[in-house]
This record gives sequence, structure tokens and C-alpha cells, in this order.
Amino acid sequence: MRSILKFLCASGLAIAALPAAAALNVFACEPEWGALAQELGGDKVSVYSATTALQDPHRIEARPSLIARIRSADLLICSGAELEIGWLPLLLTQSGNSKIQLGTPGYLEASQYVAKLEIPKVLDRALGDIHPGGNPHIHTDPRNISKVAAVIEERLAQVDPANAGTYHSRAKAFLDRWHAAIARWEKEAAPLRGVPIVVHHKAFTYFINWTGMREVASLEPKPGIPPTPSHLAELIDQMKSQPAKVIIYSSYNSPQGAQFLSERSKIPMVMLPFTVGGTEKAKDLFGFFDDMIERLLGAVK
Amino acid sequence: MFKKNALALAAAVALALPHEAWAQTQDELRDLREQVKQLEKRVTDAEQAAAQASNRPAGENAFNPAVSLILNGIYSNLSQDPAKYKLNGFVPSNGDVAPPPRGLSLGESELAIAANADHYFRGTAIFSVSPENEIEVEEAYMQTLALSYGFTIKAGRFFSAVGYQNEIHAHAWDFTDAPLAMKAFLANQLSDDGIQLKWVAPAPFYFDLGAEAGRGKSFPAGPDGGRNKNGFSSSNFFTHVGGDFGTGTAWQLGASYLTTSPQDRVYDDVDSTGTAVTNSFTGKTRLWVLDGILKWAPNFNPTETYFKLQGEYYRRKESGDLTFDTAGVVGTQTGGYGSTQSGWYLQGVYQFVPMWRVGYRYDRLDAGTASIGLVDSGALAAADFPILAKYNPTRQTVMVDWSPSEFSRVRLQYAQDKARSDATDNQIFLQYILSLGAHGAHKF
Repeated sequence: MRSILKFLCASGLAIAALPAAAALNVFACEPEWGALAQELGGDKVSVYSATTALQDPHRIEARPSLIARIRSADLLICSGAELEIGWLPLLLTQSGNSKIQLGTPGYLEASQYVAKLEIPKVLDRALGDIHPGGNPHIHTDPRNISKVAAVIEERLAQVDPANAGTYHSRAKAFLDRWHAAIARWEKEAAPLRGVPIVVHHKAFTYFINWTGMREVASLEPKPGIPPTPSHLAELIDQMKSQPAKVIIYSSYNSPQGAQFLSERSKIPMVMLPFTVGGTEKAKDLFGFFDDMIERLLGAVK
Repeated sequence: MFKKNALALAAAVALALPHEAWAQTQDELRDLREQVKQLEKRVTDAEQAAAQASNRPAGENAFNPAVSLILNGIYSNLSQDPAKYKLNGFVPSNGDVAPPPRGLSLGESELAIAANADHYFRGTAIFSVSPENEIEVEEAYMQTLALSYGFTIKAGRFFSAVGYQNEIHAHAWDFTDAPLAMKAFLANQLSDDGIQLKWVAPAPFYFDLGAEAGRGKSFPAGPDGGRNKNGFSSSNFFTHVGGDFGTGTAWQLGASYLTTSPQDRVYDDVDSTGTAVTNSFTGKTRLWVLDGILKWAPNFNPTETYFKLQGEYYRRKESGDLTFDTAGVVGTQTGGYGSTQSGWYLQGVYQFVPMWRVGYRYDRLDAGTASIGLVDSGALAAADFPILAKYNPTRQTVMVDWSPSEFSRVRLQYAQDKARSDATDNQIFLQYILSLGAHGAHKF
């Protein structure tokens, strides 16, 4: 018993010695929301991103380090639409943090504020790991980013009213730059309109929808199921009759499936950053879209 | 459509106007265009909202809790009779420690139901249906959502936070059966009726402290069902630290200390003449557990490959009285009893390609030397307590499993089990595990 008490005292001291965090703690499930919160919050926020562009956000372990971070979060920003269902509920119940529970201003599901695509008509796991709410990878359409930016600004002001003015002016400045960038991207991406492509996972559905490309096949036989030899063989046949112009896979996918199909069908493959941090150039949200468009234009030339 | 009509209307109006009003009309036209634009936006927004809204379930079952069902079945090929399974050197825990019956059998089917009750509480219930058609409440607890400062309270029946694997449901284990240490010290898996308070520290790494008070309804407490007394009969203190190394390794270390005072905790044995007797223990049990887990995946992305190393060390001290032959078949006698016993296992699991994993586990128990008062005084012989004769059980296990999706797994496992002092049991298991319904989230 005495040793337990000693331990308690020692750990109490260790924690008291930590510097008091002045900035608002933002816990972002994915890097794009982390980057966006950073744009809007500046030095008023301290952003932690639970995942990176090199991870599959469907399959994340509820690691102790994530519980430690969510424990002290003031605002949680996630994609939602069941993308994080395998790990976020566990983090929330383990956190002992009432500020970021479902239904509080500190809990933000970005996908609730945009129109979702691919909402399944039939729900059955035989169809793969489908999301009842629709495709959750909404961040690949820049117009969704502006919608979510407005919501984040509102929430930041709600949980940290003292800095509401800063959030408002930063959001305005960001959105001005962002809308100018969208106009530029739409011009740049014009040659992509109508281009048939093969994807690895349905991770870029919103981007494809925005740029007007045509998704003709995916390497995964069903959402969330890794490519199988038989499915790849079918794709090779399909590419003979209806060739796609490019095969895309994301920064967290293994390139093997794309390579296999690319070599046999002589269709170029290109890796796209899944989100901010997925490539050297995708340093922030602007770089993310710049790089996606640049890489695709390079491949379909 | 709106746009076209409006523009046509605007054009008609513009044409009909005399020339001097042209500038003014231009302004109106611009306004009109702006209005049309806004109208168009409102229509698209409304359409989108309608599309989203129609996807929301309606009706009184819209608040159904998350329901999931675990199905599992097993084929066992055992060289020894599972009905005669025992861990020599250890007081039988009377738990579900024997391997499944030979041949084909159904494993436990598990029905889990969970939902937030309101903004304060979350409720979880897990019922298991045994192949013998018995329903057992495996877990049924409430958990707080609204406490702050890192505190969580859990109350009801739940798997105790003693050691690492005890808190994890059997369907999520990496091997078909429990480590020998869990079988010997926790009667396979310890769930108790109680209350748990846990605190997560506000630190950049993971650190928690927790305490549990329980009814003591099963081994290592006793008698079965718990004692007839107010207050609580078993307590457990635990702590964990954890974090990340670099960009691919996550770790967690834990320690726990469980104490309970069993009263008339009975077990069956045979005496030196071969007569079946029931003995019982009354006294104090103290169990220390150290556990560690390390998971590695490139960039923390376990989709392609990952490696998991897990180990636990158990050490138990028991002291009190041992009553020989409680039923008085050959003569009831009571004397002192004391023992210090330990056990550990270490296991590694490696996913070498997507869907496929291999694993190896080594188990070892150390029975130590028990001091039995009745034997020391010469009242009875050591042969009257054959199950307590010193023996160190060991086991080696290998497995390979295939998981075509997150919701199914087929596993083949081979074990060489030396739990009995007189025979080696070669065990082969072929098992399937399916998870239907709500997408479960698994503990680290």
C-alpha cells in the first residue's frame, strides 16, 4: 500500500512539473483536418494529428499514445461517416474527457457538413467494408474543405470565445486564398475531365467527381478488401477492351497491385498523396491539391 | 431550369424597354442574375439536404443500440482426454480451463449490445451462449462519459483489468486458448461484479492508474458466487504506461495487484488410497501481474505487415488454512497452507502478407514449494494431495491464421501441452471466428 502511495505522489509531481498548455488542444483524426485547424487557429491552437498520410485511416490501432492525446483535447475533428469506427469509439470511452464526447461542441464530424457520395442503397458486408453514411473521404474535394473550414471556425469560436476574432479573420483570409486556389485548380485540371481511371481504393471519389474524371475500376475487388490475383486478372481483360488512362493509388497503399496491372496493361500508374503529408510537396492543403493535379496531369499527358 | 426561365423573362423585359432605360435595366438584370444564382444554390442545397435526410432511419427502432454477434466453431484433435485435463502443481481453479471436447464442437457464441444511454452513461452487455445451451452474462456494465480530468467509472460485471489479456474477449485473442498462467491464476478469464475507477494522466505519453473493488464471485476468490457479506471481497490496483517509439512501434507496460480472501474455496482431488475427496482453502490470496505489449507496423499502418510481442508474468502468494476432505469421507482435518507460485508466457504474432499471420507462444508455470501443515505435522502424507505435488507445466504453441476481412478469421493451431505431469497432450485446433453486425473496436 505504501509503495502505491509513493508511486501516486511521484507521478503527481511529474505531472505538475509539465508546462501548462495555453493553446487550445485540437485532436484531428486525419492530417487534413489538422492542417485546416492550424490554418484557422494559427498560434492559438496546438494541433495533434492522430494519423498520417501513410496510414489507412480505417485501420488504426487505439494506441496508448492516442489515448494520452485525446485525454487533453478541447476540440476533436474527424471525418466521421464511420471512417474511424474501428478505433475512435474506444479512444472516446477511454479518454475520461467530457469535452469531446458526441453531442458536445468539442466533437466535430466533418462529413456531416457536406453532401456525401456513394451512399449505399444496400447494406451488406458481402459488399465489402462499406460505409452506411456514404464515402467518408470527403477531403479530396476542395469545395468540401471550404465548407468544413466554416464549421471549424464556428466551433473554435464556440470552445474558445476569447479568440473568436482571430479565428474569424484567419478563416476569412484562408477562404479568400482557398477560393482563388480552387479557381486556379479548376482551370489547371480541365484536361482531366472525362479521363478514365483505375483507383486502388475508393479514396479519391470526391476528387474524381470534382475534376470530372471517370472511375472505371478499382484494384480492390470490394471496398477494404486487398487486391486479389483473380480480380487483377479480370482488370487486365477489362483494360484490353476499355483502357483507362491512368492507375492511381494512394500514399498508404502498397504499390504492388497497381504495378502488376500497370506492367501488364501498359497503363501508367501514379501515386497520389492521400492527404497532407503524403508527398514531399503536399506540405499543406494547398500543396496537397497542387501535387495531386500536377501528378495526374503528368501521367495523362 | 430556373435560370433559363428567369433569363428569358429578363431578356424579354429588356427588349421591350425603351433605349434610355438600358443602363438601369442592366443593373436590374445583374440583380436578377444574382437572385437566380442564389435561388439555384438554394435548390441544390435543398436537394442535397433532402438526399441526406432520406437516408436517416426513421421510426422507433432508429435508436437501436449497436449489436454484434460473434460466432465460432472448432475442430479439436487431442492426444489426451480433455475431461481429465489438469494443471499439476496448482490448486484447480475450477474454471473453463480444459481444452474443448474432441472432434467438432461449437465454441461460445457471443452477443454484444452497446449504446450511449444518455450524455452521462454508456452501457455495454455481452452475453455468451455456451455449446451446452447455457446463457452467461459475460459482461454487463455502465461506464461514465461525462466525467472530466481523465476519470472514468465502470460498474457492473466486467473483465478485471488484471494483467493484459484478461480484459480482451476470447474472440480477439491471437491463439485459440488462454495462456496457462491465466488458466492457473484466473480460472481462464476473470470477470467479477464490481466497480472500477480509472484515471488517465494529462501527459504527452500514456499513463493510467486504477482501482477495482469486486464481489469476488469466482476464483481466485471463493466460494463460487461470492461470500455472504457486505462490502467487497476482492480488490485490484493497476497502472499502465505506454507510448510510441519512432514512427512504427507502440508499447505498453502494465502492473496490477489483486487481493482477495477466499473462504471455503473448494477443489476436488484424490487421496493416497484413491478415494475422491473435496478439499477447501480459506485465507488470503495476493496476485501480482506484470505485462508488456509491443506492436510494430511500418508507419503504424498494419494493413500490409505487422508484428506483435506480448508477455505477462504472474506471481501469487497464498496463505491460510487447507481443509482436507470437507465431506468427512475419510476424516476431515485442517492445517496451515502457504505457497508462492508463478507463471509466464511470451508470444509473438507476425502478419507477413495481408490476411495471413503466424504466431508462436511459450508458456511456463512454476509451482514452487507449497507448505502444507497437515503433511508437515505428519497427519497426512504428501501423496494425499497429489495435485499439489511440485510440477512445472510448460506448453509450446504455433498457429497460422487467415482473415479475409476484418470480420472473419480461420485459424489452425498446434500445441504441445505439458500441463499434466504424466503425459504430453498434442493438441490440434482448427477454428473459425465470425463477427456479424456492428463494427467492433478492439483494445490496443
